[in-house]
Amino acid sequence: MIGKKESNFINMFTSLLVISFVAGISLGSVYNLTKAPIAAAAAKKMEDALRLVLPDFDSIQPIKLKSAFEPDSLLVFQGFQNGQLTGWAVKTWSKKGFGGEVNLIAGFKPDGSIKNISVLDHKETPGLGDKMQASKSDWYRQFLDKNPADFRLKVKKDGGDVDAITAATISSRAFTEAVDRAWQTIENAKKEGGNE
Amino acid sequence: MNQIQNFTKGLLKENPILVQVLGTCPTLGVTTSAFNGLGMGLATTFVLTMSNIVISLVRDFIPDKVRIPAFIVIIASFVTVVELVMQGFLPALYEQLGLFIPLIVVNCIVLGRAEAFASKNKPFSSMIDGLGMGFGFALALTVLGSIREFLGSGAVFNVKIIPGDLMLVFILAPGAFIALGYLIAITRKLKDHI
Repeated sequence: MIGKKESNFINMFTSLLVISFVAGISLGSVYNLTKAPIAAAAAKKMEDALRLVLPDFDSIQPIKLKSAFEPDSLLVFQGFQNGQLTGWAVKTWSKKGFGGEVNLIAGFKPDGSIKNISVLDHKETPGLGDKMQASKSDWYRQFLDKNPADFRLKVKKDGGDVDAITAATISSRAFTEAVDRAWQTIENAKKEGGNE
Repeated sequence: MNQIQNFTKGLLKENPILVQVLGTCPTLGVTTSAFNGLGMGLATTFVLTMSNIVISLVRDFIPDKVRIPAFIVIIASFVTVVELVMQGFLPALYEQLGLFIPLIVVNCIVLGRAEAFASKNKPFSSMIDGLGMGFGFALALTVLGSIREFLGSGAVFNVKIIPGDLMLVFILAPGAFIALGYLIAITRKLKDHI
Protein backbone atom coordinates (compact mmCIF):
# COMPACT_ATOMS: atom_id res chain seq x y z
CA MET A 1 0.00 0.00 0.00
CA ILE A 2 1.23 3.45 -0.91
CA GLY A 3 1.64 5.67 2.13
CA LYS A 4 -0.63 8.66 2.66
CA LYS A 5 0.74 11.98 1.59
CA GLU A 6 2.29 13.90 4.42
CA SER A 7 0.27 16.89 5.67
CA ASN A 8 2.82 19.55 4.82
CA PHE A 9 2.01 22.93 3.33
CA ILE A 10 2.89 22.10 -0.28
CA ASN A 11 0.91 18.82 -0.29
CA MET A 12 -2.18 20.34 1.29
CA PHE A 13 -2.03 23.34 -1.02
CA THR A 14 -1.60 21.38 -4.25
CA SER A 15 -4.18 18.68 -3.44
CA LEU A 16 -6.90 21.22 -2.59
CA LEU A 17 -5.93 23.32 -5.62
CA VAL A 18 -6.22 20.34 -7.96
CA ILE A 19 -9.53 19.16 -6.46
CA SER A 20 -11.10 22.63 -6.61
CA PHE A 21 -9.80 23.16 -10.14
CA VAL A 22 -11.25 19.88 -11.42
CA ALA A 23 -14.54 20.50 -9.59
CA GLY A 24 -14.73 24.02 -11.03
CA ILE A 25 -14.10 22.87 -14.60
CA SER A 26 -16.64 20.04 -14.43
CA LEU A 27 -19.33 22.23 -12.81
CA GLY A 28 -18.75 24.91 -15.44
CA SER A 29 -19.21 22.45 -18.28
CA VAL A 30 -22.32 20.86 -16.72
CA TYR A 31 -23.76 24.35 -16.24
CA ASN A 32 -23.15 25.16 -19.91
CA LEU A 33 -24.68 21.85 -21.00
CA THR A 34 -27.83 22.29 -18.92
CA LYS A 35 -28.28 26.05 -19.39
CA ALA A 36 -30.41 25.76 -22.54
CA PRO A 37 -32.68 22.92 -21.26
CA ILE A 38 -33.23 24.74 -17.96
CA ALA A 39 -34.22 27.96 -19.73
CA ALA A 40 -36.46 25.98 -22.08
CA ALA A 41 -38.16 24.20 -19.16
CA ALA A 42 -38.81 27.53 -17.40
CA ALA A 43 -40.14 29.13 -20.59
CA LYS A 44 -42.39 26.16 -21.27
CA LYS A 45 -43.78 26.29 -17.75
CA MET A 46 -44.57 30.00 -18.18
CA GLU A 47 -46.18 29.42 -21.57
CA ASP A 48 -48.27 26.51 -20.29
CA ALA A 49 -49.43 28.69 -17.40
CA LEU A 50 -50.38 31.53 -19.78
CA ARG A 51 -52.31 29.18 -22.08
CA LEU A 52 -54.17 27.89 -19.06
CA VAL A 53 -55.14 31.18 -17.45
CA LEU A 54 -55.74 33.44 -20.45
CA PRO A 55 -58.80 33.26 -22.69
CA ASP A 56 -58.00 32.40 -26.34
CA PHE A 57 -55.24 34.59 -27.74
CA ASP A 58 -52.97 34.76 -30.76
CA SER A 59 -50.47 37.28 -29.42
CA ILE A 60 -49.21 38.36 -26.03
CA GLN A 61 -47.93 41.72 -24.92
CA PRO A 62 -46.13 41.94 -21.59
CA ILE A 63 -46.52 45.21 -19.67
CA LYS A 64 -45.69 46.43 -16.18
CA LEU A 65 -48.51 47.77 -14.02
CA LYS A 66 -48.23 49.60 -10.72
CA SER A 67 -49.23 47.19 -7.95
CA ALA A 68 -52.37 48.15 -6.04
CA PHE A 69 -50.86 47.13 -2.68
CA GLU A 70 -47.33 48.50 -2.59
CA PRO A 71 -45.04 50.85 -4.51
CA ASP A 72 -43.83 48.19 -6.90
CA SER A 73 -44.93 46.85 -10.25
CA LEU A 74 -46.39 43.56 -11.39
CA LEU A 75 -45.71 41.81 -14.67
CA VAL A 76 -48.93 41.57 -16.69
CA PHE A 77 -49.44 39.73 -19.96
CA GLN A 78 -52.17 41.10 -22.19
CA GLY A 79 -53.69 38.55 -24.53
CA PHE A 80 -54.95 39.70 -27.93
CA GLN A 81 -56.93 37.95 -30.61
CA ASN A 82 -57.25 39.71 -33.98
CA GLY A 83 -56.18 42.92 -32.24
CA GLN A 84 -58.96 42.61 -29.67
CA LEU A 85 -58.00 42.42 -25.96
CA THR A 86 -59.15 39.06 -24.60
CA GLY A 87 -57.76 39.17 -21.07
CA TRP A 88 -54.95 39.75 -18.63
CA ALA A 89 -52.62 37.31 -16.93
CA VAL A 90 -50.96 38.77 -13.85
CA LYS A 91 -47.82 37.31 -12.31
CA THR A 92 -48.63 37.91 -8.67
CA TRP A 93 -47.34 36.87 -5.28
CA SER A 94 -47.92 36.83 -1.55
CA LYS A 95 -45.39 36.72 1.23
CA LYS A 96 -47.97 35.56 3.74
CA GLY A 97 -47.66 31.84 3.00
CA PHE A 98 -46.95 29.30 5.74
CA GLY A 99 -43.59 28.46 4.15
CA GLY A 100 -42.77 31.87 2.66
CA GLU A 101 -43.55 33.27 -0.73
CA VAL A 102 -46.34 32.00 -2.98
CA ASN A 103 -46.09 32.88 -6.69
CA LEU A 104 -48.95 32.42 -9.08
CA ILE A 105 -50.40 33.59 -12.36
CA ALA A 106 -53.99 34.77 -12.29
CA GLY A 107 -55.90 35.24 -15.53
CA PHE A 108 -58.83 37.65 -15.89
CA LYS A 109 -61.42 38.14 -18.59
CA PRO A 110 -62.09 41.65 -19.93
CA ASP A 111 -65.07 42.04 -17.54
CA GLY A 112 -62.75 41.43 -14.57
CA SER A 113 -63.90 37.92 -13.68
CA ILE A 114 -61.34 35.20 -13.00
CA LYS A 115 -60.55 32.89 -15.90
CA ASN A 116 -58.10 30.54 -14.22
CA ILE A 117 -55.24 30.52 -11.72
CA SER A 118 -51.98 28.61 -11.93
CA VAL A 119 -49.52 28.26 -9.04
CA LEU A 120 -45.94 28.81 -10.25
CA ASP A 121 -44.12 27.95 -7.04
CA HIS A 122 -44.68 27.79 -3.31
CA LYS A 123 -43.16 26.29 -0.19
CA GLU A 124 -46.36 25.29 1.62
CA THR A 125 -46.65 22.09 3.65
CA PRO A 126 -46.93 19.03 1.38
CA GLY A 127 -50.27 17.34 2.00
CA LEU A 128 -51.89 20.46 3.46
CA GLY A 129 -51.12 23.86 1.92
CA ASP A 130 -50.03 22.36 -1.38
CA LYS A 131 -53.69 21.58 -2.13
CA MET A 132 -53.68 25.04 -3.73
CA GLN A 133 -51.94 23.40 -6.71
CA ALA A 134 -54.30 22.33 -9.45
CA SER A 135 -52.53 18.95 -9.60
CA LYS A 136 -53.23 18.25 -5.91
CA SER A 137 -56.88 19.20 -5.45
CA ASP A 138 -59.86 21.02 -6.95
CA TRP A 139 -59.82 23.68 -4.26
CA TYR A 140 -58.85 26.46 -6.71
CA ARG A 141 -61.99 25.77 -8.78
CA GLN A 142 -64.12 27.86 -6.42
CA PHE A 143 -62.39 30.95 -7.89
CA LEU A 144 -63.17 30.17 -11.52
CA ASP A 145 -65.58 32.50 -13.33
CA LYS A 146 -66.13 34.52 -10.15
CA ASN A 147 -65.98 38.28 -10.40
CA PRO A 148 -64.13 39.66 -7.35
CA ALA A 149 -66.43 42.72 -7.55
CA ASP A 150 -69.09 40.56 -5.86
CA PHE A 151 -66.95 37.60 -4.68
CA ARG A 152 -65.03 38.98 -1.73
CA LEU A 153 -61.41 37.80 -1.97
CA LYS A 154 -60.89 36.90 1.67
CA VAL A 155 -61.21 33.58 3.47
CA LYS A 156 -64.47 33.08 5.36
CA LYS A 157 -62.68 33.44 8.71
CA ASP A 158 -61.71 36.99 7.68
CA GLY A 159 -65.21 37.84 6.46
CA GLY A 160 -64.82 36.94 2.79
CA ASP A 161 -66.34 34.37 0.45
CA VAL A 162 -63.42 31.97 0.03
CA ASP A 163 -63.60 28.51 1.61
CA ALA A 164 -60.19 27.87 3.15
CA ILE A 165 -58.35 24.55 2.68
CA THR A 166 -58.94 22.32 5.72
CA ALA A 167 -56.11 22.88 8.24
CA ALA A 168 -54.37 25.30 5.88
CA THR A 169 -56.02 28.66 6.47
CA ILE A 170 -52.71 30.52 6.22
CA SER A 171 -51.89 29.05 2.81
CA SER A 172 -55.43 29.80 1.59
CA ARG A 173 -55.10 33.37 2.86
CA ALA A 174 -51.81 33.83 0.94
CA PHE A 175 -53.31 32.43 -2.26
CA THR A 176 -56.36 34.67 -1.91
CA GLU A 177 -54.25 37.73 -1.16
CA ALA A 178 -52.15 37.14 -4.27
CA VAL A 179 -55.28 36.91 -6.43
CA ASP A 180 -56.66 40.05 -4.79
CA ARG A 181 -53.40 41.90 -5.50
CA ALA A 182 -53.66 40.92 -9.17
CA TRP A 183 -57.33 41.86 -9.47
CA GLN A 184 -57.02 45.26 -7.81
CA THR A 185 -53.97 46.07 -9.93
CA ILE A 186 -55.94 45.35 -13.09
CA GLU A 187 -58.96 47.34 -11.87
CA ASN A 188 -56.75 50.34 -10.99
CA ALA A 189 -55.12 50.23 -14.40
CA LYS A 190 -58.54 50.09 -16.07
CA LYS A 191 -59.71 53.18 -14.15
CA GLU A 192 -56.55 55.13 -14.93
CA GLY A 193 -56.75 54.10 -18.57
CA GLY A 194 -60.33 55.47 -18.68
CA ASN A 195 -59.27 58.85 -17.33
CA GLU A 196 -56.59 59.44 -19.88
CA MET B 1 -16.11 -9.19 4.20
CA ASN B 2 -17.45 -10.22 0.79
CA GLN B 3 -19.20 -7.80 -1.55
CA ILE B 4 -22.67 -9.24 -0.95
CA GLN B 5 -22.41 -8.63 2.77
CA ASN B 6 -20.87 -5.27 1.97
CA PHE B 7 -24.00 -4.39 0.00
CA THR B 8 -26.67 -5.83 2.31
CA LYS B 9 -25.30 -4.35 5.52
CA GLY B 10 -26.68 -0.95 4.49
CA LEU B 11 -30.19 -2.31 3.97
CA LEU B 12 -30.94 -3.39 7.51
CA LYS B 13 -28.01 -4.28 9.76
CA GLU B 14 -26.32 -0.88 9.46
CA ASN B 15 -29.22 1.02 7.89
CA PRO B 16 -28.19 4.69 7.90
CA ILE B 17 -31.55 5.95 9.16
CA LEU B 18 -32.96 3.16 11.27
CA VAL B 19 -29.77 1.94 12.94
CA GLN B 20 -27.10 4.63 12.59
CA VAL B 21 -29.72 7.42 12.84
CA LEU B 22 -27.72 9.66 10.49
CA GLY B 23 -29.18 12.30 8.20
CA THR B 24 -32.40 12.76 10.11
CA CYS B 25 -32.86 16.34 8.84
CA PRO B 26 -33.69 15.42 5.22
CA THR B 27 -35.46 12.28 6.49
CA LEU B 28 -37.96 14.17 8.63
CA GLY B 29 -38.28 16.96 6.08
CA VAL B 30 -39.03 15.11 2.84
CA THR B 31 -41.02 12.07 3.93
CA THR B 32 -44.46 13.67 3.73
CA SER B 33 -45.26 11.27 0.89
CA ALA B 34 -43.91 7.98 -0.42
CA PHE B 35 -42.94 9.55 -3.76
CA ASN B 36 -40.90 12.32 -2.14
CA GLY B 37 -39.10 9.78 0.05
CA LEU B 38 -38.23 7.56 -2.91
CA GLY B 39 -37.03 10.49 -5.06
CA MET B 40 -34.84 11.90 -2.31
CA GLY B 41 -33.51 8.42 -1.54
CA LEU B 42 -32.50 7.76 -5.15
CA ALA B 43 -30.90 11.21 -5.58
CA THR B 44 -28.87 10.61 -2.41
CA THR B 45 -27.92 7.11 -3.60
CA PHE B 46 -26.48 8.59 -6.78
CA VAL B 47 -24.45 11.23 -4.93
CA LEU B 48 -23.30 8.75 -2.29
CA THR B 49 -22.15 6.16 -4.83
CA MET B 50 -20.35 8.68 -7.07
CA SER B 51 -18.65 10.50 -4.20
CA ASN B 52 -17.60 7.18 -2.64
CA ILE B 53 -15.95 6.09 -5.90
CA VAL B 54 -14.13 9.38 -6.45
CA ILE B 55 -13.03 9.74 -2.84
CA SER B 56 -11.73 6.19 -2.82
CA LEU B 57 -9.77 6.87 -6.04
CA VAL B 58 -8.08 9.99 -4.68
CA ARG B 59 -7.74 8.79 -1.08
CA ASP B 60 -3.96 8.40 -1.27
CA PHE B 61 -3.38 11.86 -2.71
CA ILE B 62 -5.22 13.78 -0.04
CA PRO B 63 -3.21 14.73 3.04
CA ASP B 64 -5.08 13.85 6.25
CA LYS B 65 -5.34 17.39 7.56
CA VAL B 66 -7.31 18.68 4.56
CA ARG B 67 -9.41 15.58 3.87
CA ILE B 68 -12.71 17.06 5.12
CA PRO B 69 -12.65 20.16 2.86
CA ALA B 70 -11.56 17.95 -0.04
CA PHE B 71 -14.46 15.51 0.56
CA ILE B 72 -16.97 18.33 0.87
CA VAL B 73 -15.87 19.90 -2.44
CA ILE B 74 -16.29 16.53 -4.19
CA ILE B 75 -19.70 15.87 -2.61
CA ALA B 76 -20.99 19.40 -3.27
CA SER B 77 -19.92 19.15 -6.92
CA PHE B 78 -21.94 15.97 -7.43
CA VAL B 79 -24.96 17.48 -5.70
CA THR B 80 -24.80 20.54 -7.97
CA VAL B 81 -24.54 18.30 -11.02
CA VAL B 82 -27.64 16.37 -9.89
CA GLU B 83 -29.51 19.61 -9.30
CA LEU B 84 -28.65 21.12 -12.70
CA VAL B 85 -29.38 17.94 -14.64
CA MET B 86 -32.69 17.39 -12.84
CA GLN B 87 -33.72 21.02 -13.39
CA GLY B 88 -32.97 20.81 -17.09
CA PHE B 89 -34.17 17.35 -18.02
CA LEU B 90 -36.66 16.27 -15.31
CA PRO B 91 -38.50 19.51 -14.46
CA ALA B 92 -41.49 17.62 -12.98
CA LEU B 93 -39.31 15.76 -10.48
CA TYR B 94 -37.33 18.94 -9.79
CA GLU B 95 -40.55 20.73 -8.89
CA GLN B 96 -41.21 18.10 -6.22
CA LEU B 97 -37.69 17.72 -4.84
CA GLY B 98 -35.85 20.88 -5.87
CA LEU B 99 -35.99 22.27 -2.37
CA PHE B 100 -34.31 19.23 -0.84
CA ILE B 101 -31.50 18.57 -3.32
CA PRO B 102 -29.03 21.10 -1.84
CA LEU B 103 -29.66 19.44 1.53
CA ILE B 104 -27.83 16.31 0.32
CA VAL B 105 -24.52 18.19 0.75
CA VAL B 106 -25.02 18.47 4.49
CA ASN B 107 -26.42 14.96 4.83
CA CYS B 108 -24.04 13.31 7.29
CA ILE B 109 -24.50 9.93 5.61
CA VAL B 110 -22.55 11.05 2.56
CA LEU B 111 -19.64 12.55 4.51
CA GLY B 112 -19.92 9.75 7.07
CA ARG B 113 -19.42 7.02 4.44
CA ALA B 114 -16.59 9.00 2.83
CA GLU B 115 -14.85 9.23 6.18
CA ALA B 116 -15.65 5.77 7.54
CA PHE B 117 -15.44 3.68 4.39
CA ALA B 118 -14.35 5.24 1.10
CA SER B 119 -11.20 6.85 2.50
CA LYS B 120 -9.99 3.43 3.69
CA ASN B 121 -11.20 1.03 0.97
CA LYS B 122 -10.77 0.26 -2.72
CA PRO B 123 -13.02 1.98 -5.32
CA PHE B 124 -15.12 -1.12 -6.10
CA SER B 125 -15.88 -1.89 -2.43
CA SER B 126 -16.64 1.79 -1.91
CA MET B 127 -19.08 1.80 -4.80
CA ILE B 128 -20.88 -1.26 -3.38
CA ASP B 129 -20.93 0.36 0.05
CA GLY B 130 -22.39 3.55 -1.45
CA LEU B 131 -25.08 1.61 -3.31
CA GLY B 132 -26.01 -0.46 -0.24
CA MET B 133 -26.16 2.54 2.08
CA GLY B 134 -28.01 4.56 -0.55
CA PHE B 135 -30.65 1.87 -1.08
CA GLY B 136 -30.99 1.43 2.67
CA PHE B 137 -31.58 5.18 2.95
CA ALA B 138 -34.07 5.15 0.06
CA LEU B 139 -35.86 2.12 1.56
CA ALA B 140 -36.21 3.75 4.98
CA LEU B 141 -37.40 7.02 3.42
CA THR B 142 -39.96 5.28 1.21
CA VAL B 143 -41.35 3.21 4.09
CA LEU B 144 -41.52 6.26 6.35
CA GLY B 145 -43.07 8.32 3.54
CA SER B 146 -45.70 5.63 2.86
CA ILE B 147 -46.64 5.39 6.55
CA ARG B 148 -46.96 9.16 6.91
CA GLU B 149 -48.84 9.60 3.64
CA PHE B 150 -51.24 6.77 4.52
CA LEU B 151 -51.92 7.90 8.08
CA GLY B 152 -52.08 11.57 7.08
CA SER B 153 -54.02 11.62 3.84
CA GLY B 154 -55.20 8.03 3.33
CA ALA B 155 -53.08 7.48 0.22
CA VAL B 156 -49.85 5.76 -0.79
CA PHE B 157 -47.89 7.01 -3.84
CA ASN B 158 -50.77 9.44 -4.48
CA VAL B 159 -53.23 6.52 -4.81
CA LYS B 160 -56.19 7.10 -2.53
CA ILE B 161 -56.96 4.12 -0.31
CA ILE B 162 -59.24 5.72 2.24
CA PRO B 163 -61.25 8.76 1.14
CA GLY B 164 -60.78 12.04 2.95
CA ASP B 165 -58.05 13.20 5.31
CA LEU B 166 -57.06 11.06 8.27
CA MET B 167 -54.67 12.20 11.03
CA LEU B 168 -53.17 15.37 9.57
CA VAL B 169 -50.55 15.46 12.32
CA PHE B 170 -48.61 12.72 10.51
CA ILE B 171 -47.94 15.02 7.56
CA LEU B 172 -46.66 17.75 9.88
CA ALA B 173 -43.35 17.74 11.73
CA PRO B 174 -44.52 16.07 15.00
CA GLY B 175 -45.90 13.11 13.04
CA ALA B 176 -42.48 12.66 11.42
CA PHE B 177 -40.84 12.21 14.82
CA ILE B 178 -43.56 9.84 16.05
CA ALA B 179 -43.48 7.68 12.92
CA LEU B 180 -39.67 7.57 12.81
CA GLY B 181 -39.53 6.63 16.50
CA TYR B 182 -41.87 3.68 16.03
CA LEU B 183 -40.06 2.63 12.86
CA ILE B 184 -36.70 2.57 14.68
CA ALA B 185 -38.23 0.59 17.57
CA ILE B 186 -39.67 -2.00 15.17
CA THR B 187 -36.34 -2.30 13.34
CA ARG B 188 -34.48 -2.87 16.62
CA LYS B 189 -36.92 -5.64 17.49
CA LEU B 190 -36.68 -7.25 14.03
CA LYS B 191 -32.89 -7.01 13.94
CA ASP B 192 -32.58 -9.17 17.05
CA HIS B 193 -34.57 -11.96 15.41
CA ILE B 194 -32.61 -12.10 12.15
